[in-house]
Amino acid sequence: MSLLDIENLSLTIGDTPILRGVELSVAPGEVMGLVGESGSGKSMTALTVMQLLPHAARATGRVTFDGIDILTASEDQMCALRGDDIGMVFQEPMTALNPVKTIGEQVAEGIRWHTKASRAEAEDRARKMLDRVGLPSAKFPMSRYPHELSGGQRQRVVIAIACALKPKLLIADEPTTALDVVLQAQILDLLRDLVAESRMGLLLISHDLAVVTEMADRITILRHGEVMEAGDTARTLSEQLHPYTRQLAQASMHVPARARPHGIETGRPLLQVEGVTRDYPGRRASPFKRAPTIRAVDDVSLSMAPGQSVALVGRSGCGKSTLARMILALDRPSSGTIRFRGEAITGKSQAELKPARRDMQVVFQDPYGSFDPRQKVEKLVAEPLHVLEKKPTRTERREMVAHALHEVGLGISDMDKYPHEFSGGQRQRLSIARAIITRPKLVVADEPVSALDVSIRAQILDLFAELNQKLGIAYLFITHDLTVARAITDEVLVMHDGKVVERGKTSEVLDHPQSEAAKALVTAAPDLHRAIAKRLREQG
Amino acid sequence: MTAYLLKRLAIAIATLVLASMVVFAVLEILPGDPARLMLGMNASADQVELLRNQMGLNAPLALRYLHWAGGLLSLDFGRSYTYSVPVIDLVRERLAVSLPLALIALALSTIIAIPVGLFSASRRGRAGDTISMGAAQLGVAVPNFWFALMLIYVFAVWLRLVPAGGFPGWSAGVWPALKSLLLPAVALALPQAAILARVTRSALIEVLNEDYIRTARAKGLPYRAVLWRHALRNAMIPVLTILGLQFAFLLAGTIIIENVFYLPGLGRLVFQAITQRDLIVVESVVMLLVAAVIAVNLLVDLSYAVVDPRLRSRQ
Amino acid sequence: MTLHIDISEETFGSTLAKAFRNTAFVAGFVITLMILAMAVVSYAWTPYDVTKLVISDKTQAPSLAHWFGTDHFGRDILSMVMVGARNSIAVALVAVGIGMGVGVPLGAFAAARGGLVDEALMRLNDLVFAFPALLSAIMITAIFGPGAVNAIIAIGIFNIPVFARVARAGALAIWPREFILAARAAGKSSAQITIEHVLPNIATLLLVQGTIQFALGILAEAGLSYLGLGAQPPMPSWGRMLFDAQTRMVVAPWMAIFPGMAIVVAVLGLNLLGDGIADILDPKSRRQR
Repeated sequence: MSLLDIENLSLTIGDTPILRGVELSVAPGEVMGLVGESGSGKSMTALTVMQLLPHAARATGRVTFDGIDILTASEDQMCALRGDDIGMVFQEPMTALNPVKTIGEQVAEGIRWHTKASRAEAEDRARKMLDRVGLPSAKFPMSRYPHELSGGQRQRVVIAIACALKPKLLIADEPTTALDVVLQAQILDLLRDLVAESRMGLLLISHDLAVVTEMADRITILRHGEVMEAGDTARTLSEQLHPYTRQLAQASMHVPARARPHGIETGRPLLQVEGVTRDYPGRRASPFKRAPTIRAVDDVSLSMAPGQSVALVGRSGCGKSTLARMILALDRPSSGTIRFRGEAITGKSQAELKPARRDMQVVFQDPYGSFDPRQKVEKLVAEPLHVLEKKPTRTERREMVAHALHEVGLGISDMDKYPHEFSGGQRQRLSIARAIITRPKLVVADEPVSALDVSIRAQILDLFAELNQKLGIAYLFITHDLTVARAITDEVLVMHDGKVVERGKTSEVLDHPQSEAAKALVTAAPDLHRAIAKRLREQG
Repeated sequence: MTAYLLKRLAIAIATLVLASMVVFAVLEILPGDPARLMLGMNASADQVELLRNQMGLNAPLALRYLHWAGGLLSLDFGRSYTYSVPVIDLVRERLAVSLPLALIALALSTIIAIPVGLFSASRRGRAGDTISMGAAQLGVAVPNFWFALMLIYVFAVWLRLVPAGGFPGWSAGVWPALKSLLLPAVALALPQAAILARVTRSALIEVLNEDYIRTARAKGLPYRAVLWRHALRNAMIPVLTILGLQFAFLLAGTIIIENVFYLPGLGRLVFQAITQRDLIVVESVVMLLVAAVIAVNLLVDLSYAVVDPRLRSRQ
Repeated sequence: MTLHIDISEETFGSTLAKAFRNTAFVAGFVITLMILAMAVVSYAWTPYDVTKLVISDKTQAPSLAHWFGTDHFGRDILSMVMVGARNSIAVALVAVGIGMGVGVPLGAFAAARGGLVDEALMRLNDLVFAFPALLSAIMITAIFGPGAVNAIIAIGIFNIPVFARVARAGALAIWPREFILAARAAGKSSAQITIEHVLPNIATLLLVQGTIQFALGILAEAGLSYLGLGAQPPMPSWGRMLFDAQTRMVVAPWMAIFPGMAIVVAVLGLNLLGDGIADILDPKSRRQR
């Protein structure tokens, strides 16, 4: 007997079909993984169960929870279910908590509402729940406000709210996507334990096949609002009978074909970072004390050869992005020197930096935010031409843009479009076209594929690999994702608390990490191969 | 918390000092000699010079500013040229009309606006929302003094419920005095209430789209409870900002409204002082109103800290 | 102050199509156009000559000959409302121009430079904000005497910090965007980035604020001329007409009703236009008053 039964569920918002004939069930104590790329309708499925859909949404079919027909239930009935029998955890821990209420109030609120318990009783239960999710009272009193907690801690509070009344079903919608891998592993462990403890059913929604494989007993794969395949996790993913399942699995494990790493020249290094430190003024404790300094980057040195591909990995907040910005001369080091092609770029004026900028470009994470929506592709891709000594004529400029677009697999006709006319993957191609138009020697890429769906990510990684071979561009990849580092870099540097704690050949560091920080990253990183093997082992 | 409070306080004081310099500078560049103005055209040059010395007008600029500012601090604003009484006495007398008027108007506008904003936001897109926001849209467009004229026409001329203007003084009893402030307060309050209702509604609607509202709904709280417990407090910040700004508008508004209703308040005082070129009164009242605006803005800044723990956390 | 800006990603054509389905925009646009047309027509033609006093026609109720009635000097109120529109529009428009012309560069500069420059400019803003428009108008009038030009200056000065704040808040929301970082990595200077990327992206915000300040300017001008601090007779102005009407409310209420309605309609039209533009281009934009 299932706890949750979704039969032939279809959903439209306005005139747009979102879901078509979705079938899904969760048994008590079972973990069901719902996987799909962006726009597949997985979050809408969850919101249908909660009946928290947008106003214009219309659902048909049958959704039964614990014998109750959800689609015909009244709002009062749903209020009684939500938070009591069904709990939900959301993706964005930074915004999921009310900023003006204490965490104690927010956890106790649902308890009081549903059980009519006294304030003291509810607070007592809330306290126990916070202890349970790993927020002990000594460090995390109930009077804390959300802004005093980190992202991982906030997600624990959200989990405490969702699980406070031991619901029969917990829905977790991308609960770890906004967190780094180490936090992700911790939160997944917590969810797994909580579910096992009180025999909750868990509907785990994720775009990450590896995460779902590690967690779920059964899995449902969704695409464009339709179920592609559903079944036992280990079998589904080891057999990969459905073509889309195979495509997803392969894309998740994709390693671009690269000939031997580019002939690493022993000559002059391309980039030298020497003892670079960056301090920020912290928050003053009182107006009469000096502000403490926060050291974002602490005495980092590194060196890159021309054509080399290097990964800079670390948890969020480890200082890797700050370092990247200093290398790009968008931020100044507090001390230390950065040399590009042997010349110091620290302390130079914008005009003096022009030659260096020509040979050093950047690709950002967010394919949506990295283009000015008011300008056309031609102007956007041509922006770095600004640093050329001789300004190209209009025809020359068009030719250069056309050439760059061609190199990243886009057409000449794309030149007169606006960025919103492209998909996420195409925009990342535009980003790369913009980066290579000046024929740079170094491209710094800050999480260039982490916002992309797996199949698109595979294509973009291929493109990076191809350009590295063809144009001999050196890459500095900033990432928290070890699969990306493994796929495309020769060397890796691990950063932790502003310091480089380990460096070496990518395969060696990732297979045999030495430092604590590197070990933590490697152990926590979800890996589809490993997860499937483990599942098969467990099932014998 | 203390850091935030101290910073706000320092800013308020600095603004006040700068504002006083501006007002003083204006006083300085004014054409005409105050001593000559006081003594009249027939006074001899010696007499004027004597008075100038007595008034300290021949001292260096910085010293004169300090003297003037020091006077303000000890509530010594100088003497009115036309009334020949200390300005502070005039101000005190007139404040007894203007302050209650502004406060009643502020209270009235808040009492009307916040429930209307809440009502509208909770029924977004439905008939109730459309009607109340349509009314608010119209209310924003109505100049308060014209609205005052219309009120006079309907309630004083036509229905004869309240006096058309004038003020009996508080000595005539609280009720008659309040009664004569009623129409002016309504005239001031309604256009401001329309603005405030619109801001309340849009702030609430914005907050209702936040993720934490969904979290609260997922706890099982009904929509109404979410609105009251989670949305309202978060929507208070923009509402408080507007309330602070409105106080400035209300103060300025009293100048016009008091003239419509012939109320002996600060606004009427300053207006008459302009026509009589009684500049010391003008400067004093302007300075007083500016100080009030700065003080209210400080109060608003402090109330942010009460509403929003993120500002308080700098312990 | 933080501000969320959703940058519209639509083409001009589809935006225009959307505009003409937006009731507020269409209504606001039509009303504003009507008021503007009225002011323009008044230069060439009015039903009666507003400078000519016809005492025999004084305080006549609205009729076919005088749609809005006549005032205590026998002047045609409709003609005076038409001519008064010129004054209101001119004062408010120039004041918006002053506010935008000075305020936007200041705000954009403060956002681009940050640090002490930003702090200093914002404190200066606070200072100006401490003087409500009417108060500065009173001060200015106390020095230079009443007149339309002084009204413009007073309202214009008050508009400066408004636009500076809006421009700064908008620019601050744009600066951390990745496309700005990309432009910086391409070696563009702050000034170039401000002109090429920041200003085009906050233009909507400024346009909406512009209509709001235009409307507020009309209200403020009416208030000033009602107090006798704005345009001086014989130039008709809506505020002044209301002042003249006040003592004659009992015998000639139309003298008060029609100029007041003119103000309400003009302000309403501009506000609707602003709301419409905000809805069409920037559904989430937060307007500031």
